[in-house]
Amino acid sequence: MRLHNIRASLAVVFFTLITALLLDFTGTLHHWLGWMAKIQFLPAVLALNVVVIIALVVLTLVFGRIYCSVICPLGVMQDIISHIGGWRKKNRFTHSPALTWLRLAMLAVMVVAIVAGIGSLVALLAPYSSYGRIVNNLLQPFYLWGNNALAAIAEHYGSYAFYGREVWFKSLPTFIIALVTFVAIAVLAWRGGRTYCNTICPVGTVLGYLSKFSLLKIQFDTDKCKNCSLCTKNCKASCIDYKSHTVDYTRCVACGNCLESCKFGALSYGLAKKSRQADTSQKTTDTARRAFLMGGAIVAADTALAQAGKKVDGGLAVIEDKAVPRRKQPLTPPGSISAKNMAQHCTACQLCVAQCPNDVLRPSGNLLTLMQPTMSYERGYCRPECNRCSQVCPAGAIKPIGLDDKSAIQIGHAVWVKENCVVLNDGVACGNCARHCPSGAIMMVPSNPDDDLSPMVPAVDAAKCIGCGACEYVCPARPLGAIYVEGHEVHKII
Amino acid sequence: MNNKTYSRRSFLKALGLGTAAAAAPAMVSCATGEKETTTAQLQEPPVGKMTYRTNPKTGDKISLLGYGMMRLPTLEGSSAREEQEAEIDQEMVNRQVDYAIKHGVNYFDTSPAYCRGRSEHATGIALARHKRDEFFIATKLSNFAPETHSREASIEMFQNSLKELQVDYIDYMLLHSIGGGEDAMAEFEERYITNGILDYLVEQREKGIIKNLGFSYHGDIAIFDHALKMQDEGKIKWDFVQIELNYLDWKYANEINDSNTDAEYLYAELVKRNLPAVIMEPLLGGRLANLPEPLAAKLLRRDPEHSVASWAFRYAGTFPGVLTVLSGMTRMEHLKENLSTYCPLKPLTDEEMRFLESVASEYVSYNIIPCNDCKYCMPCPYGINIPAIFVHYNKCLTEGNVPREVGQPDYREARRAFLIGYDRSVPKLRQADHCIGCGQCEPHCPQRIRIPQELHRISRYVEALKRDHDEQLRQTVPALPDDE
Repeated sequence: MRLHNIRASLAVVFFTLITALLLDFTGTLHHWLGWMAKIQFLPAVLALNVVVIIALVVLTLVFGRIYCSVICPLGVMQDIISHIGGWRKKNRFTHSPALTWLRLAMLAVMVVAIVAGIGSLVALLAPYSSYGRIVNNLLQPFYLWGNNALAAIAEHYGSYAFYGREVWFKSLPTFIIALVTFVAIAVLAWRGGRTYCNTICPVGTVLGYLSKFSLLKIQFDTDKCKNCSLCTKNCKASCIDYKSHTVDYTRCVACGNCLESCKFGALSYGLAKKSRQADTSQKTTDTARRAFLMGGAIVAADTALAQAGKKVDGGLAVIEDKAVPRRKQPLTPPGSISAKNMAQHCTACQLCVAQCPNDVLRPSGNLLTLMQPTMSYERGYCRPECNRCSQVCPAGAIKPIGLDDKSAIQIGHAVWVKENCVVLNDGVACGNCARHCPSGAIMMVPSNPDDDLSPMVPAVDAAKCIGCGACEYVCPARPLGAIYVEGHEVHKII
Repeated sequence: MNNKTYSRRSFLKALGLGTAAAAAPAMVSCATGEKETTTAQLQEPPVGKMTYRTNPKTGDKISLLGYGMMRLPTLEGSSAREEQEAEIDQEMVNRQVDYAIKHGVNYFDTSPAYCRGRSEHATGIALARHKRDEFFIATKLSNFAPETHSREASIEMFQNSLKELQVDYIDYMLLHSIGGGEDAMAEFEERYITNGILDYLVEQREKGIIKNLGFSYHGDIAIFDHALKMQDEGKIKWDFVQIELNYLDWKYANEINDSNTDAEYLYAELVKRNLPAVIMEPLLGGRLANLPEPLAAKLLRRDPEHSVASWAFRYAGTFPGVLTVLSGMTRMEHLKENLSTYCPLKPLTDEEMRFLESVASEYVSYNIIPCNDCKYCMPCPYGINIPAIFVHYNKCLTEGNVPREVGQPDYREARRAFLIGYDRSVPKLRQADHCIGCGQCEPHCPQRIRIPQELHRISRYVEALKRDHDEQLRQTVPALPDDE
């Protein structure tokens, strides 16, 4: 009955849980909530998750765009901001004409980007992923600091209930994009409600045109309507024209606010009657221009990764930070099949990055794969007992793999860099790479083939190497290691 | 990148030359005891009940409890050994020294190397407030760093000790920790013989600036034998010797590590020559105060009113040839508890001796790594925090958090405690998996621990825990006594 209340409660529940899923770093929540990421529209499309797509289409054809009101966290985030904005001024919205050309243009851009495999562009426009990046970049650090405070308290009391996690800056471009996205969308939502959803968001456009044909819709009873304009003034989608008694169903997100606002019972949510609405397209308002500016957020260039400051502790030798080696082919996690598959499917929601317990995954700084996950091994390596990223990925960019599969997937191979090796530079025995290789791909051989007693240096049997990076992680040479993993464009099962 | 490599190489070079001056204090110790002694019932110790031993040469009455000034309290509430940067809490040092003297303690043991060189200074301040005949002072010629090997530098170190301690004579002067180094004999020769420092110290003894001359010993038994042989051959007369003695080292020092020597032998050699023994490490760096739970339970069941640590002190004090037992008492509680044990000493009965022997034999089967956290091995040029890793591992062993089977009932909890505790006590990049096995630490270890080998074993164990790998767990941790 009370559509608004049901919608709002559901939205809050969905929003809270999906935020929790994006914040979680312990790998426990995705067992229970992983499906919430998997029912997001764009990831489901990219994963060719037919069941979810059909379900969402049917949902929309019955109820209208309630996906945007309940399931999409970016949509709910805007509602929350808009709601808070409403405290200062009631009845503040006005009807505005649809910016059909912009919506269709954005949808076209998205389709082209998907087909052409320009992952960074897809990622930029994907609504759920935008929210994922906002949470990961702007919210998760605070979550981790909070956790670390609890861990410190637990440590004080000798409890192991919490453990600390290092908070580190993973990628400047991604951070900037997340920040700009948040500020832009927040400003738009504060002022005009669902402006982003109805001008930029390609998912909103697709579902919008679908919901034109939905079974249940907001209906005007022109006999009861007194043309008081309250419905229009309370429509955050700016889609109700009280003068002509029309609702632009492509923009209506079935939130039910208008039902609440109407004092005369002139509005109802029910089976669609035959009606026509005017589709007026007029001048470009300045909200649209602002939205356009937002679309241009992809200005951040590839910037060097800012490393965290060093710590020096009394009697301990300083450990220099490891530099990220320049890989000819970037690494993508096991299960991603190939660089191409990753580029075509990933919407850069950062769920995998947030999950990675070994600090291996981080957003890419490469322009074409911007914000999509890539791997490096300064802080840890891709450990054999972990396949979390493959379990959480909603978009089919990292396909689910078992632990047994993982140990047989070659994502790259180790390369020895002779001039950095401590065996030759410091004259010490080492072999740490060989000692830690889980697949026995590294042998220690005499540096002088004719002298069995010469210092032992590593030799990589590339055929056996899976590219997990254990060798790269434990190599003592700093800042550049003496062994690093070169990525493979297409993964191989060995 | 090249200059980065150079920076490490030059660092290694500096290390190869010996220990950098700044690091020297951390490398040096030798005397004194114990970190945390668990305090059982804390009653006020009586005044005037201290047990004294007589120095056969001078007739000095030495308190059986000696105050080790290596772990002085700091303003941050820790010991100056743990927090090397922290400032020493002089007021607390004064109070504790006053309290100790009031209760009969008269032997104070320090070294130019303790607390990064600040121990002698603080000891001097605290003792200058007492009459000179109320205390005996022991310090050492701690010329570990190669740049202090020269005659001039060593003499300067000795003269500086007099100045810092604000005294004009030293009661007990020691050659500090002979028997260490990669080539222990060469190091002994270089530190004391070829530079004529031993002769210089003998001269000072003749002049009365040194009252008693002795040495402290760790490590290579050949040097211990050599020093005593020098006396047998009439080249020198020692007045006392400082050795490590406790109920574990008595018979099992060699079993724990075959390059160590049982205290039974060391003590017998001293008794043969009527040389009084000063005892260090009565608690084995605190390990005998923190026994594995079943063993601690045994001791506490026999004597619920006294701490686990008190047994070790009574043990060391029971030997009649022992002049004094050193304990590095950071806190007033430690002091009070140890005073209670020695005011007066209740010597162990033969039966109690046998009981401790059985505890020791059981302890050995726990395979606790014999690290006393002395930090001689540090800094590791590759940044590994060696003692912290061993301390964590030992702590887990004693607390029963080193599981051997994935199926055992408490596996999950123990695994969590081990792994989370590991990350808490040692930053990731300083953990055992980063040990490359260069072996530069090994010659510095007074306990002769095969450091890289043990680190690699712990690394494999951690790996097995992380992967829940049953077979590897069993391979990396020896069975406990009750498993068999």
